[in-house]
Amino acid sequence: MSRQLQAAGVPLQINSLSVAYQKKPVLRNVSLEVTEGQLIGIIGPNGAGKSTLIKAALGLIPKLEGSVLVYGKPYNEQRKLIGYVPQRESVDWDFPTNALDVVMMGRYGRLGWFRRPGAKEKAIAMECLAKVGMAELADRQISQLSGGQQQRVFLARALAQDAKLYFMDEPFAGVDAATEKAIIMLLQELKGQGKTVIVVHHDLATVKEYFDSVMLLNIEVQAFGKTEDVFTRSNLQQTYGGRFAFLDRQEDEELTLLSGKGRG
Amino acid sequence: MTDFWVLLTGALVASCCAILGCFLVLRRMSMIGDAISHSVLPGIVIAFMMSGSRDSFIMLLGASVLGLITVFLIQLFQQSGVQADASIGVVFTALFAIGVVLVSLNLKNVDIDLDCVLYGEIAHVHWNTWEMSGMDMGPKAVWMLGITLLIIIGVISLFYKQFKLCAFDPALAAAIGIPVALFHYLLMGLVSMATVSSFESVGAILVVGMLIIPASAAYLLTDRLGAMIFISVAIGIASTGIGYGVSIVLDASIAGCMVCAAAVLFILAFLLSPSHGLVARKLRRRTLSGNTAV
Amino acid sequence: MQSLLDMMTDPNSQWILLGCVLLGLCSGVIGCFAYLRKQSLMGDTLAHSALPGICIAFMLTGTKSILLFLIGAGISGLLATFGISWITRYSRIKSDAAMGIVLSSFFGLGIVLLTQIQHSDYGNQSGLDKFLFGQAASMIGSDVQTMLIVCAFIVIACTLLFKEFKLISFDPGFARGLGFPVGVLEQLLMFFIVVAVVVGIQAVGVVLVAALLITPAVSARYWTDRLGIMVVMSGLFGALAGVVGTWLSSTTASLPTGPISVLASTLLFIVSLLFGPRRGLLAKRIVRSRARQTLMEEQKSRMRDLVKEGSSL
Repeated sequence: MSRQLQAAGVPLQINSLSVAYQKKPVLRNVSLEVTEGQLIGIIGPNGAGKSTLIKAALGLIPKLEGSVLVYGKPYNEQRKLIGYVPQRESVDWDFPTNALDVVMMGRYGRLGWFRRPGAKEKAIAMECLAKVGMAELADRQISQLSGGQQQRVFLARALAQDAKLYFMDEPFAGVDAATEKAIIMLLQELKGQGKTVIVVHHDLATVKEYFDSVMLLNIEVQAFGKTEDVFTRSNLQQTYGGRFAFLDRQEDEELTLLSGKGRG
Repeated sequence: MTDFWVLLTGALVASCCAILGCFLVLRRMSMIGDAISHSVLPGIVIAFMMSGSRDSFIMLLGASVLGLITVFLIQLFQQSGVQADASIGVVFTALFAIGVVLVSLNLKNVDIDLDCVLYGEIAHVHWNTWEMSGMDMGPKAVWMLGITLLIIIGVISLFYKQFKLCAFDPALAAAIGIPVALFHYLLMGLVSMATVSSFESVGAILVVGMLIIPASAAYLLTDRLGAMIFISVAIGIASTGIGYGVSIVLDASIAGCMVCAAAVLFILAFLLSPSHGLVARKLRRRTLSGNTAV
Repeated sequence: MQSLLDMMTDPNSQWILLGCVLLGLCSGVIGCFAYLRKQSLMGDTLAHSALPGICIAFMLTGTKSILLFLIGAGISGLLATFGISWITRYSRIKSDAAMGIVLSSFFGLGIVLLTQIQHSDYGNQSGLDKFLFGQAASMIGSDVQTMLIVCAFIVIACTLLFKEFKLISFDPGFARGLGFPVGVLEQLLMFFIVVAVVVGIQAVGVVLVAALLITPAVSARYWTDRLGIMVVMSGLFGALAGVVGTWLSSTTASLPTGPISVLASTLLFIVSLLFGPRRGLLAKRIVRSRARQTLMEEQKSRMRDLVKEGSSL
């Protein structure tokens, strides 16, 4: 009983999760307990299973083993508490629709089976678009938006979901500096509202600046905890292996910049 | 009167197909539509063999079930590692072959004309009328197509937002709890129904044309899904009318002319669409390069 | 078995058997490259778009010669491939819809022409629609001789150009970098597919000809990871399906050869899908359950270690 109560306050609890596509496990025995109101980065080399972890947690791909609890209950009972920002490339941007419409899609989960989006949803969507600085582009066809603008639309859609726990798959991939700044300010704001945000990230240079906690992942969890405790040279080298160019004389920042393009 | 019935039938076929075609084109499943339209054949034959009657509604049921089986098999093979279009090819040819074998085994007692299944004969539609308590209620095909259209409009407008999200971003749809697989099969079921109701009039192969061509043309003319559906229907109906007119002049296959008319309309959209047309693009590029030159 | 012997001795059946075997062989070989280039449905598209070409060839000459049909179908097939690449290059329409558009427009045009032929008084048009549905049993010696030449040509060309075709199937950009005339090779491959399709139409018909190209290639992919072996196996599968089709249809009068060959080919595919080493469903299931087992064992040993540590403290 007390355990359950305790679990109800935990935004995300993953217990020994394993996923295998074919022969090779893509994730092995991942366990994780997230504290509410934090920005959490998931870091690791290519093929470390970062996106897979998010997808498995959302139930989009089958698990080999393990359980996922969101605020103490299985994921599919708590869908309304979760917001999801997929990778930008995962959708067809030629789809005949405009920015406002995409943001309104964030409300579909709350509308239930038969209700259609109306004036209220439109107002919420406009508000969310304004928050990401896109209000004047609401009527723009989505294929005519730049990469950064498309990412902002996706973020606005996640805001429209009005969730308590957010999963974001590489929101900073291929965006301009202004968008990156706007996104991180938004994440800070979400955090200020007591929401929890889990971000797959690949730029090591900005990790210390952006995240409260970090998970270093390479098939297995290499380290997880407060950024200042976990984001250390030895942990990074363990995670990235030979790919982490280790130059002793240089400062930390330069060094992380060197390996920052790990995702390619 | 013949003209009226042919045009009405054609317009109904065009509307059914054009609405569903939009979703097929956007989900990159055009060739699955092709596969379904071919595997209708064994469905019709099996339904006939089991019921022993040529009742259209039983055939509709049989063929719809087979359409869903087609989609299921294609997905099954795809999940076990066969390339998407190869698994489509394997499945529809196998099912069509079963259909042809069944027809030829039962040739003596099955009154199914292979030519009719493949090419359709819209001009014969009004001969096969539905009589209720002695009253002539009009051609059966019109009734069946009308009911199919009503079902399609009903389902699509009821679940518009789900179909839209499943087409645009299935991952998000799954994450917020929309049963993506259910809507996938619902759409496929509707496509099978549309195909079966249409095959008698336009034939299994040309149904694909009515599904894909108007929707693709509409895709080039608008940037809104709702508008795309209406434009698609309009193009479908227009090509029915034009095609019928041309077929009378040329004394040629009505269904063939309808698809050719749709193809001509598509080419016009391809060249002249104000937003995505070839000419508009070329002009835009020219003004762009002209500006930079100045 | 008696009927098999009968078939072997009857000269007419010999021609049909030879024709079906050759057809299976050469479309199996060429189908491999189409499959690897992710163009499996191209065969289907080409088969449908051959119709107007065949009709025009017939209208111009008034004869039913396989060679003329080949030329007509080849031209309209090439136009169809150009159409598809035009649509995908100059608009936002994706390749699947482009294929559907071209396939149905060409076929629609073909049907219009076909009705024109039927309504006017071309002398011997009666067999033309049979040609479209395919009737292997109607093949005669001279048809098979043409097929023999065509098939030999394709098989020899594929042997000679094996490494080029392999390269453009795997990495056309790299092939271009090496200085190969990729465009020419791609068109050549497309032309071979057109030839295989046109020859196939006569035996199995417009709809089923796609199966001759796709199904043996997909089946062969399950048994090997080497392209050379895959091509040979695919050809053999195609030929085997041809033999089975001819044999079964000769035993029962009403069974059509083409569809039976296709079904035999499909059966081979299902066997491959289930029992193929490494890629087959059975092999995959075994691998997956093993992965789960090793995972469980790892976890158990880890737990044991933890317990040991705990007790030693």
